[in-house]
Amino acid sequence: MRLTCTVNGERREADCAWEGESLLYVLRERMGLWGAKNACEQGECGSCSVYLDGTLVCSCLVLASQADGAEVRTVEGLAEDGELHPVQEAFVAAGAVQCGFCTPGLVVATHDLLERSPRPSDAEIREALAGNLCRCTGYEKIIDAVKDAATRLGSGD
Amino acid sequence: MSPTTTAPPRTAPVERGVGARVRRPDARLKVTGEFDYSSDLSADGVLWGATVRSPHPHARIRSIDTTRARAVPGVSTVLTHADVPGAKCYGLKVADQPVLAWDVVRYHGEPVALVAADHPETARRAAAEVIVDYEPLPPIVDSEDALADAAPPLHPDGNVVKHVHIERGDVAGAAARAEVIVRGEYEVGMQDQAFLGPESGLAIPTDFGVELHVATQWLHDDQRQLAACLGLPEHAVRIVCAGVGGAFGGREDLSMQVHASMLALHTGRPVKIVYGREESFFGHVHRHPARLAYEHGADADGRLVYVKCRTLLDGGAYASKSGAVCMVAAGTAAGPYVVPNVTLDVYATYTNNPPCGAMRGFGAVQSCFAYEAQMDKLAAALGLDPVELRRRNALETGGELPTGQRLDGPAPVAELLERLQAMPLPPEPDPDRARDIRELPGGVSNTTHGEGVRRGVGYAVGFKNVGMGGGVDDYSTARIRVCEQNGEPEVAVHTAACEVGQGGITIQAQIARAELGIDRVVVLPADTDVGSAGCTAGSRQTWLTGGAVKSACEAVRAELLRRAVERHGAHDSTLLLRDGAVVSENGELLATVADLVVDDPVEETREYRPPRRTEPLDENGQGNSFLSFGFAAHRAVVDVDVELGLVRVVEIATVQDVGRAINPLSVEGQIEGGIAQGLGLALMEQVQVRDGIVLNPSFTDYLIPTILDMPPVRSQILELPQPLAPYGLNGVGEPPTIASTPAIVSALRAATDQPLTRVPVRPDDIVGAMAG
Amino acid sequence: MKVLRPGSWREALEAKAAHPDAGLIQGGTDVMVELNFGRHHATTLIDLGQVEELRDWTRVDGRVRLGAGVPYTRIVQELGGLLPGLALAARTVGSPQIRNRGSVGGNLGAASPAGDAHPPLLAAGAVVEAQSAARGVRLIDVADFYLAPKRHALEPDELIAAVLVPIASGPEQFSKIGTRNAMVIAACSFAVCVDPVARRVGTGIGSAGPTPLRAPEAEAFLAAALEDQDAWAGGRPLDAATLARFGELVGAAARPIDDVRATAAYRRHALAVMARRTAAWALAGEG
Repeated sequence: MRLTCTVNGERREADCAWEGESLLYVLRERMGLWGAKNACEQGECGSCSVYLDGTLVCSCLVLASQADGAEVRTVEGLAEDGELHPVQEAFVAAGAVQCGFCTPGLVVATHDLLERSPRPSDAEIREALAGNLCRCTGYEKIIDAVKDAATRLGSGD
Repeated sequence: MSPTTTAPPRTAPVERGVGARVRRPDARLKVTGEFDYSSDLSADGVLWGATVRSPHPHARIRSIDTTRARAVPGVSTVLTHADVPGAKCYGLKVADQPVLAWDVVRYHGEPVALVAADHPETARRAAAEVIVDYEPLPPIVDSEDALADAAPPLHPDGNVVKHVHIERGDVAGAAARAEVIVRGEYEVGMQDQAFLGPESGLAIPTDFGVELHVATQWLHDDQRQLAACLGLPEHAVRIVCAGVGGAFGGREDLSMQVHASMLALHTGRPVKIVYGREESFFGHVHRHPARLAYEHGADADGRLVYVKCRTLLDGGAYASKSGAVCMVAAGTAAGPYVVPNVTLDVYATYTNNPPCGAMRGFGAVQSCFAYEAQMDKLAAALGLDPVELRRRNALETGGELPTGQRLDGPAPVAELLERLQAMPLPPEPDPDRARDIRELPGGVSNTTHGEGVRRGVGYAVGFKNVGMGGGVDDYSTARIRVCEQNGEPEVAVHTAACEVGQGGITIQAQIARAELGIDRVVVLPADTDVGSAGCTAGSRQTWLTGGAVKSACEAVRAELLRRAVERHGAHDSTLLLRDGAVVSENGELLATVADLVVDDPVEETREYRPPRRTEPLDENGQGNSFLSFGFAAHRAVVDVDVELGLVRVVEIATVQDVGRAINPLSVEGQIEGGIAQGLGLALMEQVQVRDGIVLNPSFTDYLIPTILDMPPVRSQILELPQPLAPYGLNGVGEPPTIASTPAIVSALRAATDQPLTRVPVRPDDIVGAMAG
Repeated sequence: MKVLRPGSWREALEAKAAHPDAGLIQGGTDVMVELNFGRHHATTLIDLGQVEELRDWTRVDGRVRLGAGVPYTRIVQELGGLLPGLALAARTVGSPQIRNRGSVGGNLGAASPAGDAHPPLLAAGAVVEAQSAARGVRLIDVADFYLAPKRHALEPDELIAAVLVPIASGPEQFSKIGTRNAMVIAACSFAVCVDPVARRVGTGIGSAGPTPLRAPEAEAFLAAALEDQDAWAGGRPLDAATLARFGELVGAAARPIDDVRATAAYRRHALAVMARRTAAWALAGEG
């Protein structure tokens, strides 16, 4: 099966040897975009989060063919011209990254949250990011990072 | 001769050096998705490996038929035990674990055969076509049954992996004098490390052996075991630490290392193995489930006069690190308290349950849950405040452990508790304000709007040894090279220390910067081309590899100063390194480091050993078996829905002595993350095993805390210098995971009046007699 | 494995008629897990993701006709007023990522007793609109839809077009137990619906029986009590004994088992507590 879609603004094609391949698998193994992570492949950890036609999804739960003709945006598509996105800057500065396996998913989910709600409350942050498991940080510095990112984005207006 | 640590400082203070809140050097790659983890590797012509695993916890293998699997289109090879080129078994301490089972399988999920194919789905389907004829045997699934005289031995030497007996003073006499005696039986469930990056790696055949890129905690021990099983000399096995997605002890044992290498050697092609989440639960050891029976006796003032315990750790099918876990569980079994009389017996047994081994806290977690529950029980029996009881019994510097080891480093147990108690409590909820359900037990599941919710507060304190104990020759190696790059000096730090997320690379760079006064530091990828760094475990890498980096930097510095003297004729005792230059005491520039190394880089390699060698315990459990200790105290505030048994942790406060915070940002990260794992054990995390079968190998049913489950953490970091360690630092990684669990359970008891003797606490346990 | 991607509802029905054994995928939140773990064995998969007709909801004769593919996120955002019970349940489904993809149609098609949408659908007296190319539309009361764990009343050539859910004329509540405060599969769950117009109480029990269940005795008991106490209008608390009895009857209606998520005894107990509390919230007019 040949899949054609737009990934991070570029038209990409991939041939899936098996029709059961997930979007996650295709992004990683066929397009070399390793940013979305394979932590659980059952939709329980959020580390494979990407945008599919503007909607935050677990790419492990999208059948590759469902992305045919779609626009996909991955963590690799957030930084522009080598400049980190403010959400990425905030994660680095806050110490919200340890092993980092959850980080790409959290960065994308935070990006999505702040697009919808530029000044989220603590409770709102926690509910919005409840689908992104982190095993290293205890989340404290992730909350710091989200708030810092909100400030950075707000002041950039 | 290199300067010693007592020599006058030879380097001016630097930015981003020791003690600074330095950002991780790999954070940028991690936030952009460009960081290569062990599952993110590929190569031309790569094959995918898959593992055939036993569905039985105990069975005899009558035959293995690979014919159908080999016939699946796209399959390159199918291997069994007969294809293991070298030693058939491996193990960290005892080589008792088959690479691939041949006559008997001893746990659910044990590897039996391997497949390599051109696509992961092909490999998976072919694996399902390997026909193994099993004769199921009755499994031993309980440690007590395993110890029974009549129990069939699962291994040639019987079912006891290790028994540590610690005897000190006169327990019978003390029991006769004790005013108050409390007894209790406790249980700790099987916790999983649940690192997010599943076991994975890429094996590439080389001209004379294999190169393996893998996520691991100790490259050289992997190399040792891998070479033996592959029948190759160690130098023919090169291992590179690929990006590690968390470890927490779960990557000390081999998982797919030999398997991928065997497949690569057989096919002559690169082979990639990536476990899925389900397989990951079968792919690594877990935290030992434990049953602990305790008896504490105290005088009328609450001073402990004796402690007795009998602890069973279920080691599962293979030894892994059970022996060492057993030693730590026993060595810490009486808690951070002065106890003159003890009889402590800790057993680790073989069973047909999943193998258990290292996990953050390593035996200290199990003991702490029990002894802290006992301290609460004792306080209640005496009518004493539980913190006051702990304070009265607190160990301090100069005190002795039940093993007879004298504490010569900081042991600020009382101070931690006093500081903790002085921290303000979070405000009580306003009874007139409707609460956001996200702040209530059950969260968005909408189980209470305040009904049945009671608040509880609990305290606990714990400790654990730092470093490898028991007489192990614990050391690390660092190679430091200073060269010139575009007119600037650059330091390259090369060690085999595995960065598993904890921030070791940040700290190595900070130390190099501080010792050499050079800002540009590159930490090279860890591999087996440099000497062993030991395991990233036991809260030891900052101390051991930090010590090795410091020592190698001192040697480099001495050489730089020597060259400066040689070329410019000044006397070396007046010189120091500052901002990439050699300057005199009054700041006069003598030479730039770049000039000193431009044609001839300076490179030095040093091994570092801590100034104390540990020793094994004797038959009465006496001996200086530990290097040093880390202490932390925790206070939990919980809201419990007592009718439904659901919990929301409101806040965790903690005070931890870290010796010296080399990087406070990393220290906080260790504290907060360690507490989250302690919370998970307290409230939700358990690998459920029935009759040897794992029931919940998924993130759907093995639950780890989400961001909605984790409360804010209020932490205070104490810096009492550890005299044996470089910079006075101490190990930081494990103490947060030890007392956080019993603090939460103590708070739950305070709120519910239920005994709560097992973790994780289930809603049923809180609801108690109400249900049923 | 072959994947068919019908572009319209008509094509989807024809595909299902031609391949009655085919599996269905839309949000992928169940099927992809099976595929990723090698547990999906259908040789043909019909992807309903292109069928726009499934992704709309409309008001029809006092009911919401909820397209089978409307994601939970939209139910939370758009239907909190019309279908408050379902919206409450939708908020507890998985994570934001799951709610962006998962739908009530998927919950019904999977027919897992743990599906979060089932209790509010049962409580509201929803009707499943099934359709086949050969026989057209067939309406199935949701209470008759669930047959056994993961088995439902659809014929092999039928697809779920929509579910018809009565618009709330009174309070609705939903509550769910899990050992984690977010992203958790129900250990058990409960929905209640008070309809002062039809003078009817509806209930739904999740994850405490081989199928989602109603508690008819509890419904009749509470309806009678509301009648006796002239309390259909709500706004004043019901007496504790009535609420407790309602809870007991709900607990008694469950048919739970012991499994990795909870014991049977706990489930029964928790259902009684949830029923008592949700009924009290409903009648006190709490949101």
